[in-house]
Amino acid sequence: MRIELDVNGTKHELTVEPRTTLLDCLRDCLDLKGAHAGCEHGVCGACTVLFDGAAVRSCLMFAVQAEGSIITTIEGVTPAPGELSPVQDAFCETHGMQCGYCTPAMILAAHALLADNPQPTREQIVEAISGNICRCTGYTQIVEAIALAAERMRGANRPQA
Amino acid sequence: MKAYPFDYVRPRSLDEACSLLAGDDGARAIAGGQTLVPMMVMRLARPARLIDISRIAVLAYVRADEFGISIGATTPQGVVERNALVGAKVPLLARAIPHIGHAATRARGTVGGSLANADPAAELPLVAVTLDAVLSYRFGAATAEVPARDFFVGPMTTSLPAGGCLVNVGFPVWKGDRIGVGFREVSARRSDFAFAAAAAQVALGADGRCKRIAIGVGAVTDFPIRLASAERALIGSELRPEDVKAAVRDELDGHEMLADLHASSQYRRRAAVALAARAVADALCEAQTSRTDAH
Ligand SMILES: Cc1cc2nc3c(=O)[nH]c(=O)nc-3n(C[C@@H](O)[C@H](O)[C@H](O)COP(=O)(O)OP(=O)(O)OC[C@H]3O[C@@H](n4cnc5c(N)ncnc54)[C@H](O)[C@@H]3O)c2cc1C
Ligand code: FES
Ligand code: FES
Repeated sequence: MRIELDVNGTKHELTVEPRTTLLDCLRDCLDLKGAHAGCEHGVCGACTVLFDGAAVRSCLMFAVQAEGSIITTIEGVTPAPGELSPVQDAFCETHGMQCGYCTPAMILAAHALLADNPQPTREQIVEAISGNICRCTGYTQIVEAIALAAERMRGANRPQA
Repeated sequence: MKAYPFDYVRPRSLDEACSLLAGDDGARAIAGGQTLVPMMVMRLARPARLIDISRIAVLAYVRADEFGISIGATTPQGVVERNALVGAKVPLLARAIPHIGHAATRARGTVGGSLANADPAAELPLVAVTLDAVLSYRFGAATAEVPARDFFVGPMTTSLPAGGCLVNVGFPVWKGDRIGVGFREVSARRSDFAFAAAAAQVALGADGRCKRIAIGVGAVTDFPIRLASAERALIGSELRPEDVKAAVRDELDGHEMLADLHASSQYRRRAAVALAARAVADALCEAQTSRTDAH
């Protein structure tokens, strides 16, 4: 099938089989390897992308279903080449990652949370990443990273004293 | 983890979707895909044709109508979770939804998909049975209504005819009075499918005694059940925890409990009794402090 996908602000004309998942399409057709394939059946969260702003699992959607929606992958959250988003920065600073397999998904889940709720409680942060498995960090630094990013992003919008 | 090949159709209208579903044995509706896609990639399901109903605008809504509060079949669970009308009028639903999977699955997973899927441990079927919701479906051009208690007939099995399309679920709203709700479940990890779950809604009279009550349990039997005899035994009472436990235990004695590797039938029976008592206690506490008795 011919489809048009809007990914990270660029429209792509593609031909895919209906059975191609959005995850496989992003990775194999668009070479966006930031959405990771973990379990490929919905339990690990490694494949998370933003779909019209909401964090969703790209392995649980066929690419043909994503037509007409706005998709953001980890490659699309950096403000400019060579820069990092405040969430990405915070993950580096607090050691919010070890092997990095879960990281793009964690960062996108955090972006979705903070867009909705700039001042999340610890409980709300934990809830927002509860669908994302990390086998390395023990989650503590990930939660710290998101809290730090939230604090900085709120500060950025405050007028300078 | 690749699905068997299939055809994909995204009808624009409900009429077209219903006729495509009713007219083709190999066709299957896909709504949020949060259950169907895993089944397909594990090749436990092999539909020849997917009819994507997730973008049919007339199937996604929350509104007040003759049923009480009606929810369109393809309304995402996450949308219902944040809906103010649901929070105010069907608080039990609002209380239960955060237990369904995770934010990312609720963003796609739909109300109708969960009901049609009829997992014994699913939260929405439990709330639908507890509150006596009415489900409406289309089969081709025909429409029909079925009460939730007659909709669920076995594990992953409903009375929806093959090729039928669920369109609406109507939740009755309890009027006036001091109303409270409770929803409790146990699962291995946060937001996993429950081993046992209980839902309760209570209305208190002016004397502080139970005027009306609905109790349901899920994940312990083939499909969620409402505990009508326990409810009858508790009307007019103070809802003391020991009375609630005894009433629930008595009624569950007449039911066989599910058992699997994670939870034995004895465990499920004990857990269902304890959770029902806690759900009723939560509902009672909320009803005692609620201010909805102003009108
Ligand atoms: C990690 C994870 C955790 C989860 N945890 C829970 C949980 O704790 N509790 C829970 O209840 N669920 C849970 N789920 C499943 C839940 O997310 C699904 O949303 C729900 O079971 C199905 O809804 P859907 O819209 O995704 O349906 P789909 O997957 O699209 O469809 C499911 C079935 O229903 C049929 N169907 C869908 N819509 C209609 C309709 N309108 N008319 C007729 N048939 C229809 C389909 O043909 C299919 O057979 C979980 C899922 C995942 C991936
Ligand atoms: S790869 Fe999608 S949830 Fe695991
Ligand atoms: S950093 Fe390795 S899985 Fe999270």
